[in-house]
Amino acid sequence: MDHYVNHYVVVAIFIVLGILLPVVALTVGRLLRPHKPTDPKQSTYESGNEPVGEGQVKFNIRYYLFALMFVIFDVETVFLYPWAVAYNKLGLFVLVEMIIFAGMLLIGLLYAWKKRVLKWI
Amino acid sequence: MGAWLDEPLTWGDALAVFLWAVLFLLIVLGFVTYAIYYERKVIGWMQLRVGPNRVGPFGLLQTVADIFKLLIKEDTIPRKADRLLFVIAPALAFIPAFSVLAVIPYTEKLYFADLNVGLLYYVALSGITTLAIVLGGWASNNKYALLGGMRSAAQMISYEVPLVISVTGVILLSGSLNLRDIVAAQDGGWFWNWNLFPQIIGFVVFIIAAVSELNRTPFDLPEAESELVAGYHVEYSGFRFAFFMLAEYVYVYAIAALTTVLFLGGWHAPAPFLDVVPGILWFLLKFAFVVFSLFWIRASFPRVRVDQLMSLGWKVLLPVALLNVFLTALYLELFVK
Repeated sequence: MDHYVNHYVVVAIFIVLGILLPVVALTVGRLLRPHKPTDPKQSTYESGNEPVGEGQVKFNIRYYLFALMFVIFDVETVFLYPWAVAYNKLGLFVLVEMIIFAGMLLIGLLYAWKKRVLKWI
Repeated sequence: MGAWLDEPLTWGDALAVFLWAVLFLLIVLGFVTYAIYYERKVIGWMQLRVGPNRVGPFGLLQTVADIFKLLIKEDTIPRKADRLLFVIAPALAFIPAFSVLAVIPYTEKLYFADLNVGLLYYVALSGITTLAIVLGGWASNNKYALLGGMRSAAQMISYEVPLVISVTGVILLSGSLNLRDIVAAQDGGWFWNWNLFPQIIGFVVFIIAAVSELNRTPFDLPEAESELVAGYHVEYSGFRFAFFMLAEYVYVYAIAALTTVLFLGGWHAPAPFLDVVPGILWFLLKFAFVVFSLFWIRASFPRVRVDQLMSLGWKVLLPVALLNVFLTALYLELFVK
């Protein structure tokens, strides 16, 4: 049990260090860098022109479709990983089961393909 | 490292681990500094230029000078930006990049955390960086940044799927998610026992998807300088910008180390009579070769178009990665059991 917990302590230390470095570097940097904000400097960058309208514009729905596909196939990997770890202890039956599962997702991929979701316009 | 982690942890031990981790962080920062120098030199030579050669002997201090320059540059936050998210995003890009390094084993004795779910941990944490990129693009309140961020996110999630599926073949062969067990399973004395050859399809998919995950040429569309305005980090300046770049190069370290562990046999020598050379040297050699190859790829290939990018990820790499999983499973079923 100690073995198990201790390794997660190491992981926690790494995450803490990952947070500390940006905090320390940016705090030290504050002492070194100038701070002279002017109005043009703080305006939104638009290749030197006056910014037009909102910055957070509407963007293509296509990004959502990719996100949706990503969720589906990433969840598949959540099932694939434990299956792969335990595969040597399991039989031909689970292989067939996994082929059926992946096959159903592949039908989804083919459907998206046919619907031209994967085509970038 | 490993042995005394089996006993109950005292505060003294925790402090020692912390100091080791700080030392390791400094090593990683040193790697990033000289990886950038080396990359510029190598690409310079490949293009018949000399590369950086002004600051320090052979230009060795060029990147150090760049870092100090970034440190003393004014940090401008646009008036219209969402301040909190704008400040969080660069840190959020860096934290997972460094945290994933905790599970990489360098030799049998030299490693930090020995997690049963090491590979899953790596894959899960590295996905968080995509969030930082979307966040940075959105918080800037800038059209270029927003579109660059969305493109970047679309690319990264599209290639994350083949990346995580391509390593399933390795998991099948070694029956474990623990990175030390995966290296141990590749021990046969000779180099053909490494996962590279039985998993050659997985390896190719992994490398292509990894280069894309790293946003490097030929897949550097999110920050294609010559056609876009920088992309998601267009509004960032000074050290906040540096953290995005730092995260990218820490991922170069992470991916090179992971490739070595998963496919190139980690610390194992390529032939039994070469065992006299210490394992750490073999690890570093393979690691350096993978890093060099990433720079080599960057110098050799032209950038792909955005429509080719998405088609390659979903229509080629994903089916090939899935095919590889089932071929490996079938092979195990027919010849090993």
